[in-house]
Amino acid sequence: MIMESKRKKESPSSPESTQFPDEVLERVLAFLTSHKDRSSVSLVCKDWYNAERWSRTHVFIGNCYSVSPEILARRFPNIRSVTLKGKPRFSDFNLVPQNWGADIHAWLVAFADKYPFLEELRLKRMTVSDESLEYLAANFQNFKVLSLLSCDGFSTDGLAAIATHCKNLTELDIQENGVEDRSGSWLSCFPESFTSLEVLNFASMSAEVNFDALERLVSRCKSLKVLKVNKSISLEQLQKLLTRAPQLVELGTGSFSQELTTRQYAELESAFNNCKNIHTLSGLWEATALYLPVLYPACANLTFLNLSYTALQGGDLAKLLVHCPRLQRLWVLDTVEDKGLEAVGSYCPLLEELRVFPADPFDEEIIHGVTEEGFVAVSFGCRRLHYVLYFCRQMTNAAVATIVQNCPDFTHFRLCIMNPGQPDYLTNEPMDEAFGAVVKTCTKLQRLSVSGLLTDLTFEYIGKYAKNLETLSVAFAGNSGRGMECVLGGCPKLRKLEIRDCPFGDEALLSGLEKYESMRSLWMSACNVTMNGCRQLARKMPRLNVEVMKEDGSDDSQADKVYVYRTVAGPRRDAPPSVLTL
Amino acid sequence: MSASGSVSTVSRDDNLVLSSEDSSSPDESDLELGLGLSLGGNCGFKLQQQPASGAQYARIFTAKDFPSSSLSSSSSSLSRTNHASAGSKRSADSVANAASSWLFAFTLLANPKFRTYASWGILGILCTILIDMGPTASQVVGWPPIRAYRRNSMANQAKSVATEEYNSMIEKHKRKNGVVEKTTNGSNKNNGTSRTRTSLFVKVNMDGIPIGRKVDLGTHSCYETLAQTLEDMFHRPTTTITGMRSSIQEHDTRVEATRRSKLLDGTSDFVLTYEDKEGDWMLVGDVPWGMFLGSVKRLRIMRTSEATGLAPRLQESSGRQGNKPI
Repeated sequence: MIMESKRKKESPSSPESTQFPDEVLERVLAFLTSHKDRSSVSLVCKDWYNAERWSRTHVFIGNCYSVSPEILARRFPNIRSVTLKGKPRFSDFNLVPQNWGADIHAWLVAFADKYPFLEELRLKRMTVSDESLEYLAANFQNFKVLSLLSCDGFSTDGLAAIATHCKNLTELDIQENGVEDRSGSWLSCFPESFTSLEVLNFASMSAEVNFDALERLVSRCKSLKVLKVNKSISLEQLQKLLTRAPQLVELGTGSFSQELTTRQYAELESAFNNCKNIHTLSGLWEATALYLPVLYPACANLTFLNLSYTALQGGDLAKLLVHCPRLQRLWVLDTVEDKGLEAVGSYCPLLEELRVFPADPFDEEIIHGVTEEGFVAVSFGCRRLHYVLYFCRQMTNAAVATIVQNCPDFTHFRLCIMNPGQPDYLTNEPMDEAFGAVVKTCTKLQRLSVSGLLTDLTFEYIGKYAKNLETLSVAFAGNSGRGMECVLGGCPKLRKLEIRDCPFGDEALLSGLEKYESMRSLWMSACNVTMNGCRQLARKMPRLNVEVMKEDGSDDSQADKVYVYRTVAGPRRDAPPSVLTL
Repeated sequence: MSASGSVSTVSRDDNLVLSSEDSSSPDESDLELGLGLSLGGNCGFKLQQQPASGAQYARIFTAKDFPSSSLSSSSSSLSRTNHASAGSKRSADSVANAASSWLFAFTLLANPKFRTYASWGILGILCTILIDMGPTASQVVGWPPIRAYRRNSMANQAKSVATEEYNSMIEKHKRKNGVVEKTTNGSNKNNGTSRTRTSLFVKVNMDGIPIGRKVDLGTHSCYETLAQTLEDMFHRPTTTITGMRSSIQEHDTRVEATRRSKLLDGTSDFVLTYEDKEGDWMLVGDVPWGMFLGSVKRLRIMRTSEATGLAPRLQESSGRQGNKPI
């Protein structure tokens, strides 16, 4: 596209001129949205670097400690939208201490100075306090979009501040955070004059909100496209909301189980019937077979169905899926079992993404859930499948081989055999060949999570074949550090490597010396890495931050949890005492 | 820590599995204990609790007890214990330290000739140590990799599913015209096997005391212990809830119901009531515990004089003031 514009622009001016005015280049570059493209552009030459930095309005920072707010502001003067990710992903599973860091406040203070016209802030795994939210509400007059995913540190008081003061807010998206849910009164803080909301997601919050306030809000925000309410909203209330907002494109219901009269049931059905634009459906807590049929009229255009909070049986899922022929993304609980997945294979030929979550992951006596057969059934019916997250209790090498043969286009293959170190249950062999098949067949593979009994052979395969792999998650696997060396030596595009409970030691850690600067981060916990090894790494690679988290009572020489990441900002100064920066 | 690819080299003596125990009935069952050991010499083990009407028993079994065809399954459990020990290093290691020093005693116990009451005593001490260790070693920290929000959400759902089924059984007998019935959504599996793994904090207010408390119903498994806790809370206002109640993976409370609570048997000036999902105030104790968990929103310790119209719970003549017999 740039080349086209260049040619067009060149015709009226002198054919000899190869310089064009910066303003023109900037206008052209404004069309570039992908940050990868922009990074490439900025490397062409000094003029292009400058044009790019002046024209960039959105910045994505995958690790908040890789750069400082000052450096950011110096390079990009015109930012309107910031996406920041903080803690390492394993903090979602309680492996990172509470006060680890990734506090947004320093960023906000810098932004208030350099980007007073900031409009959008999307945060993932950051610590956000109520004070920060209040600061945000007070200092950015143009603020429009706030998205908080997996964050912690704030309460509903902070949200109240946002609702009260952000007069131009279009999006409030609060997902799966460690939020202190004091009361639902924050929702009532939106002033009566406020009408700009387009996206509202408070599905993962628990406190009951004032329904009247919600209903009035929905009525007056005519541009509302996305509404995801929480469990406290009943079916009767949902019906009222749907009547006010039939234009919704994404809907998250509340509790989907209530004793309704026949008339109420009909009214609900009619409300869904009027919602012809819905393409995403979620929520559906406690939904039973009795109530799901009210959804059928709204399912014709459905592309994303999230049933991962609904304990549905296979037969009932089948009945629902018959009405969802256009489905592209499906999230379910493993209560649907293989029978439900067979229905997925039968009725959803356009499916691209499937996530199966365990309903009861901690009970070892349970022998229900999904098996390899369900996954195989889906692969036969859904040839376009490219993203899978699958929690199961048994798997075989042969099944995985069949699956990737049917669906060679996998970009994200995340298989979690829930019992650590479990072999192929039919042959008792390690699961090496399964993941070997995945990396050999799926050349576009970007993300891989392995599980089950795995030897170094798995990692030899990965290093040899997974040439597009960017993210690798490993747990309870490998015989020796050689496994890690294979991966570090072999995967050219590797950006994130997270390892737990594997027998990889200092030699393996140090084998990736040069590699780590081309990666975003490395996480290793409960491996055989020592403090000496980490110190060596830190000494040899000054542009990496090597952080060690010690657990109480552990051996002084062991590095229990290691987090290594590249940075231009130097060692961080806000680490708590349990985190040592080497 | 090594993988179990070469598990065939594990000697039989190494392959012991540990169970929890209560040494109160040594004559009845053989005391069976086991300790899973890895090839690398790390200690890991799997703690199995087998509740049998309140009493727990233990078994020592050696590799002899595993049929040879299941060597693979024992090897997989061995590899699991290997990794489990590493994953939950803190709890496993500290218990392993205690446990490894008792290993010799256990191998002696496996041999009937050496069984003595002194050994039972040793085991009793060990078991107290083990039971006090908190989360079982088989629960590896942060595994399977599921976000906290989803984990808590599903644990709560398991409880409400159990009560949904109970409700549907009752309502099938109460068919009304024009009312759409609730039916079970069929997740029978969770019934009876769901362990309380998450907090269910509800508010508790007592008539006459302006400041309320919160109690975690997730740490109780019956009305007795709950009532006991509430009595302690409100009769000793300086008592604070210790940190041990705040753990999400807490199992049954350690408060023992040594006597039937006054709040439950009608001998107190107060009765224990709760507000259910429909907003009605109900007397605590009528429905099964699981069902109660599914419908309780908050608790209130109400003056008996205000709880009019309630039938006496027990046929006792003393201590009920203000109750009108029905």
